Amino acid sequence: MAIKNLDNKIVGRIKAGVFLLALIPLLKLSIGAYLGKLGANPIEKISHVTGYWTLTFLLITLTPTPLRRLSGWSWPVRLRRMLGLFTFFYGCLHFLTYLVLDQFFDWDGILKDIVKRPYITVGFPAFLSMIPLAITSTDNMMRRLGGKYWRLLHTLVYPCAIGGVVHYWWLVKNDLSNPIIFAVLLGILLGTRVVYRLRPTGQGKQ
Amino acid sequence: MKPYKAPAIPASEITPKALFYARRKFMQTAGGAALAALLPQTTRAAGSFGDLKKSTYGAEEELTPLTAITAYNNFYEFGTGKEDPAARAGSLKTRPWSVSVEGEVHKPKVFDIDDILKMAPLEERIYRLRCVEAWSMVVPWLGFPLAELLKRVEPTGNAKYVEFVSLHDPAQMPGQKSTVLDWPYREGLRIDEAMHPLTLLTLGLYGDVLPNQNGAPIRMVIPWKYGFKSAKSIVGIRLLEQQPVTSWMRTGPNEYGFYANVNPEVDHPRWSQAKERRIGEFLKRKTLMFNGYADEVAPLYAGMDLSKYF
Repeated sequence: MAIKNLDNKIVGRIKAGVFLLALIPLLKLSIGAYLGKLGANPIEKISHVTGYWTLTFLLITLTPTPLRRLSGWSWPVRLRRMLGLFTFFYGCLHFLTYLVLDQFFDWDGILKDIVKRPYITVGFPAFLSMIPLAITSTDNMMRRLGGKYWRLLHTLVYPCAIGGVVHYWWLVKNDLSNPIIFAVLLGILLGTRVVYRLRPTGQGKQ
Repeated sequence: MKPYKAPAIPASEITPKALFYARRKFMQTAGGAALAALLPQTTRAAGSFGDLKKSTYGAEEELTPLTAITAYNNFYEFGTGKEDPAARAGSLKTRPWSVSVEGEVHKPKVFDIDDILKMAPLEERIYRLRCVEAWSMVVPWLGFPLAELLKRVEPTGNAKYVEFVSLHDPAQMPGQKSTVLDWPYREGLRIDEAMHPLTLLTLGLYGDVLPNQNGAPIRMVIPWKYGFKSAKSIVGIRLLEQQPVTSWMRTGPNEYGFYANVNPEVDHPRWSQAKERRIGEFLKRKTLMFNGYADEVAPLYAGMDLSKYF
């Protein structure tokens, strides 16, 4: 079917469109900051918005694989690298917000946070684990590592995603409605993978 | 009661007088204009206080702008987002309103809000407000010590604690349709905390009646405790022999204790309380013991293990 496997030209256009869409959260935040419309606590707002979009892009990045298995659509997999890099991009903005705006390079405070604050203990390594994934995202690095090792390395995205959702869950005061939504979606995305791995018919597929 | 004495303030914290008055004048002008725009006509007519009793107390710190005080609130009765109360508190009806004072008292009474407004001279108290989430503001509240009200109902010898009960009406308070807290909102104090001259029964801010999102028409302000201790939109005050269980204690007994005194040395289980971000400032500042009111209130907790009674 045509929709399952689009030609390069169309995928290229979709990719360009998604690229522009993915910049909208940053654009909105920048305009808000420029106009001074980020509320009474702009640093908290920037931190929350960048964190929210990191998690959202992470979940979107994990979607093409189960989608292909369930529907047979293969073209979204070709957007996966770009989506993963956007996850890393918003993750970097989130981490820099913490480092510069929130803590202002208070290394002592940051170290204490990492050791003592469970949500940072789990969030910081989740951020770090994205770095090797971003570095090895190029075709060249993929070739140099070889498919087997590259795939093995990139299974890091699973603990990273779980860490990200737990990070969010542990930091909210007591309204868990948003973290629960992220947890359920992640559960579906990871659960589908497990089901396909266990099913004999799923064998041989990536 | 002993007249209340202002605490000693280090010279480094004192703003030069000329600058202080220039700021105050600016804030008053700006605040008045903003308030006129924000408040619906009905509340304007009911409020607008005239001459205020000269305050015996005022933190010599830059006031947080009214726009921030009225736009950034934790008031879960209107939603858990910081901007929810400003957007949704318009549905709260503050007249008629009464406050029932009952329990371990000789003269229980239901007070009409307009009688409370005339009960004692209103004074402006500029207090630091420290939220448990590690941000803070400086707010010019209007009110009088809670002790003024309590002495009128004559607490019995059994009155060891005071419980505050906020309005429970999901039709007016849409956030109460969620079960995020156990409604109605309940808070409490020990009787000596309740009688302390800093404990303010609060009816206004920035020279006018309380905006709905700040807990209209009547709320508590206990400046040495985290903000959530200061119950808003109060309809009941009960004097009790036993320590009441507050809404936040019920929700997270390991995270929120009965005392909830501001204490930089006792962290929230999930985050540090050593520093705070003053709204409007970039760098965090150190949180002060009892939010800077240690001279006045530390004796209330003499001999207590504050990490146990958090």
